[in-house]
Amino acid sequence: MKRLQSVSVNTLKTKPKKSNSMKGLARREKIDGWLFIAPFIILCLVFFVGPLLIAFMLSFKEYSFLDSNSMFQAKWVGIQNYISVFKNHTFQRALLNTTRYSLFVVPIQLVIALCLALLVNGSIKGKSFFRTVYYIPTQTSAVAVAVVFMFLFKKDGLFNKFISLFGLPTYNFLSEPAFALPVIMLMAIWSSVGLYMVIFLAGLQDVPDSLYEAANIDGASKWQSFRFITIPLIKPTIFLNVVVSLIGCFQVYDQAYVVSQGNGGPLDSTMTVVLFLTRTGFREFKMGEASATAFILFAIIFILTLIQRKFFGEETAM
Amino acid sequence: MKNTNKIKYISTGRIFLYVVAIFYAIISLGPFTWTFITSFKPAAETAKMTIDFSKLTFGNYTYIWTKFPFLRWTFNSIFVALIVTGGNMLINSMAGYSLARLNFPGKKAVFILILAMMMVPGQVVMVPTYILLTKLGWVDTYKGLTIPFLYSLFNIFLMRQFFLSLPKSLEEAALIDGMGRFRIFFKIAVPLALPALSTQFILTFSGNWNSFLWPSLLASTSEHFTLPVGLNSFYGQYYSLWNQVTAGVIILTIPTLIIFLLFQKNFIKGISTSGLKE
Repeated sequence: MKRLQSVSVNTLKTKPKKSNSMKGLARREKIDGWLFIAPFIILCLVFFVGPLLIAFMLSFKEYSFLDSNSMFQAKWVGIQNYISVFKNHTFQRALLNTTRYSLFVVPIQLVIALCLALLVNGSIKGKSFFRTVYYIPTQTSAVAVAVVFMFLFKKDGLFNKFISLFGLPTYNFLSEPAFALPVIMLMAIWSSVGLYMVIFLAGLQDVPDSLYEAANIDGASKWQSFRFITIPLIKPTIFLNVVVSLIGCFQVYDQAYVVSQGNGGPLDSTMTVVLFLTRTGFREFKMGEASATAFILFAIIFILTLIQRKFFGEETAM
Repeated sequence: MKNTNKIKYISTGRIFLYVVAIFYAIISLGPFTWTFITSFKPAAETAKMTIDFSKLTFGNYTYIWTKFPFLRWTFNSIFVALIVTGGNMLINSMAGYSLARLNFPGKKAVFILILAMMMVPGQVVMVPTYILLTKLGWVDTYKGLTIPFLYSLFNIFLMRQFFLSLPKSLEEAALIDGMGRFRIFFKIAVPLALPALSTQFILTFSGNWNSFLWPSLLASTSEHFTLPVGLNSFYGQYYSLWNQVTAGVIILTIPTLIIFLLFQKNFIKGISTSGLKE
């Protein structure tokens, strides 16, 4: 490899002017460049860019899938779809649920993930075993997780048997409006902590040991080196995790769907924004309003990302 | 050997760390372990919190394989996941390679558009894509379940970053020796990109295998259900038959678990070094 490298460097050096064959290569490169990326571009235009533009158009139209007219002939209604979505009580409930869900899930799962990352980055034995074990839940399907948690949290399930040992009252948790959403939060935290742990781990491994040694010599406590060395240096990783986790939270769907079998119950307590979107679009066939909901979701995620970026400064990891 | 002449000193702090580590390991593995055990219990034992090893049986599995379309759903899941994963690895790697290595007009614009599109949640295009697939007659077909998902913006980004981190010299030498781009790509670049490819493989395979929202819209009859969609519908109808429902959960979970355990060494390294950071 070394030899080849020097050969190619020499070849390039001895030919300062581009010969005809080099020009040919450059032209060939332009064609190859497009050929290599063409499959992606075609798929992306047909299944993403095109639909994105149509979704934007539909969000200003009144259109149902069952209409005999095509969507291009459908009536323009201005921002009426956006207004009716915001006025819809189920949507308000969905937005509230999703916000509450995110406010709990993001901080809790990131704190647990950071603690686990510190734990398996430290000097305990069997580090790689624990890393693997903590990562395993991220490989499970959200549908499987939802079913498993319903199994554990049902009236005569393992969790209720466990808390009744302490004399606590038992519930059929997922049929209780007050508990259904918290159990869904638990599912999300449990199943994705491992992912954020791995990303934190990568950030932690970039912090040079010499800094900790210097701090140690200066008499800093473990907490002080964590607070004044680790935290500032892994700020980009924290930012990345907050953004990824927040975006994921606002798109929560699978667990809520399985738990409520698609209707967001009990009493709309598990209705989420995406569940509202699919219900409006594919059960009620109000495709204009569904598209408007989609763009509201997009706007929320976009604004949250911008706020995060401002809050954490420009030094982002992405 | 060394331990014999050193007095081993274990502080309470260290014991605490191990207790925490083991406690979270139990939380991590507990729910599915309990599910796994339940899936081998006969119906009468399901509600019990004890395990009677003499009564454990494969009956639940044979029952749902033969009496319900779990075999069909498993086949669908494997078929769809393999096509989508294969397609993604080829298409994303080629696109990433092109963006990292080849100079062509419009490259910068394409890259900026990819970064911008990564911000758009997939649900935004759900309604028009569904209409499009209906017009094409692709709803409830394998085409509809695979072709729209053959690329991934994130993985193109990942592959581009990885190819940028590789030395160019080998490829340049091969080019001067008259090797064509496609041969250079497959013979030189792809073998060097194996760590990034295995990351991509796990992310794409388990992402597709576990995906629920799109397949639940696009597969309307049981014939084309993938396992998550099938398990959801099975659970919806037979939610009280927990020993069989849990067997379904295990069938859905085992394949991604095995793939992860086979590739995990490269994977955790790959995701933390090449994937999410520049």
